[in-house]
Amino acid sequence: MTQRVLELVRALGARIVSNWIWRLGFGFRFFWVMLRESGTSFRRFHLTIREIYFAGVLSLIIILVSGLFVGMVLGLQGYDTLVRYGSSEALGVLVSLSLVRELGPVVAGLLFASRAGSAITAEIGLMKATEQLSAMEMMAVDPIARVVAPRFWGGVISMPLLAALFSAMGVFGGYLVGVRLIGVDEGSFWSQMQAAVDFREDVLNGVIKSVVFGVAVSWIAVYEGYDAPPTAEGVSGATTRTVVTSSLAILALDFVLTALMFRGT
Amino acid sequence: MATSNLVEVESVTFSYDRRPILKDINLVVPAGKVVAIMGLSGCGKTTLLRLIGGALLPDQGEVRVAGQAVNKLSDDELFRLRRKMGMLFQFGALFTDLSSLDNVAFQMREHTNLPEELIRDLALMKLQAVGLRGAAGFMPSELSGGMARRVALARSIALDPMLMMYDEPFTGLDPISLGVIGQLIRRLNDSLGATSIVVTHDVAEALELVDYVYYMADGKVEFHGTPGEVRSAALPSMRQFVRGEIDGPSPFHYPAPEYRQDLLGQ
Repeated sequence: MTQRVLELVRALGARIVSNWIWRLGFGFRFFWVMLRESGTSFRRFHLTIREIYFAGVLSLIIILVSGLFVGMVLGLQGYDTLVRYGSSEALGVLVSLSLVRELGPVVAGLLFASRAGSAITAEIGLMKATEQLSAMEMMAVDPIARVVAPRFWGGVISMPLLAALFSAMGVFGGYLVGVRLIGVDEGSFWSQMQAAVDFREDVLNGVIKSVVFGVAVSWIAVYEGYDAPPTAEGVSGATTRTVVTSSLAILALDFVLTALMFRGT
Repeated sequence: MATSNLVEVESVTFSYDRRPILKDINLVVPAGKVVAIMGLSGCGKTTLLRLIGGALLPDQGEVRVAGQAVNKLSDDELFRLRRKMGMLFQFGALFTDLSSLDNVAFQMREHTNLPEELIRDLALMKLQAVGLRGAAGFMPSELSGGMARRVALARSIALDPMLMMYDEPFTGLDPISLGVIGQLIRRLNDSLGATSIVVTHDVAEALELVDYVYYMADGKVEFHGTPGEVRSAALPSMRQFVRGEIDGPSPFHYPAPEYRQDLLGQ
């Protein structure tokens, strides 16, 4: 009996060490090497710009349309609640604060993870599976500097811009529904928003969140791609892991950042 | 003057996850020659090529290229050495997001400060050498298997390497492409003054092409000699390999329980 329990504990330990601790350590070492090799991404900025195009510009449609709809729903739901307390003119405040502080960075981050993060993982994974990365190494070109780092920085730069556009479209959606459709006073919609949204407290904190999410998603995406077993199954598994891990990371980091930023002040 | 050796592999042992792949390998590649490493799939040929390229490190022994011990070089030194090496991968490994011309120009852009017009001209000359200047603008997805292999070959000779390594260059090619690749390997080696190592199990093509053969089986060098010596060798496992006989020292059947017992469960 004791023997069996011991074996169970040992197997559990082995699983945790090899699946979690080892991967975590490898992930951090990978991150460090990537930062060290990031010079190329900035010296030859056109490499990063190309990735900003793929990760950022091509994600615009989904980000803008989702932002618009989220803002419109916020407008409807917000009005429905606010009107009960006779403060429907505060709709602009509700819509903008929800978007700038939370929904902008978080929803844009989740969409970014599924649209761009998965594409980055699949691309790097397939480059590995078809020996393109090995070929690069044999040509004395470091794939981390040439392939991985530009994709990482492309993601990190794109993410806050996408979150900002998401929030802007959301505010516009809230305006369309609240002011144009329902008839909330346009003057108070905008002026209350202007008075209540603080640049440092709200906008800047939202930007910080989106940068953190950008780093997390891009890091997970390039790491999973680079670490993917070089088979069809391996790449598909890595792509799934990117979306799942990034989404969980965004939600967990969002809680931590919110707790640090908005402690009841 | 005695020919010097460009590549020397000395008592190299290598294992993957404690599974021995190479056992005490000794091999030399004289400068200017085309040498084949032949053997059945899974005998460790490609692993040996990766050890020579410094992509893997031996457990024991030493690999020397141009007098430098590959397994003892720092990353920077290894990268400097690799600029003088070219490698053709089994399926080409072309960069799928770059055109044929950009694939060939890749290394020139990465490692030199040449003006863009000159790089273009040089890349076109390399493509001309493999007969594909007309496909310069094609993306890898628009090339046939044989064409992709030739573009990859043009890419690997982009910086005029002193050592060319070919990993199964003939796999999956039609007879014409196969002949073309074979001729190119020989011609490029002689015109560039390079040295080539061809890892292959394509006996007929390789024996026509190369100067010297190393035959490997089960992680060991079983035989080495000129193509003529290989053809007339009496070693049973190599005779089976050269003649393509289905049964012999390398059995047709993978070890299994007795057939009757397996079917009838007796």
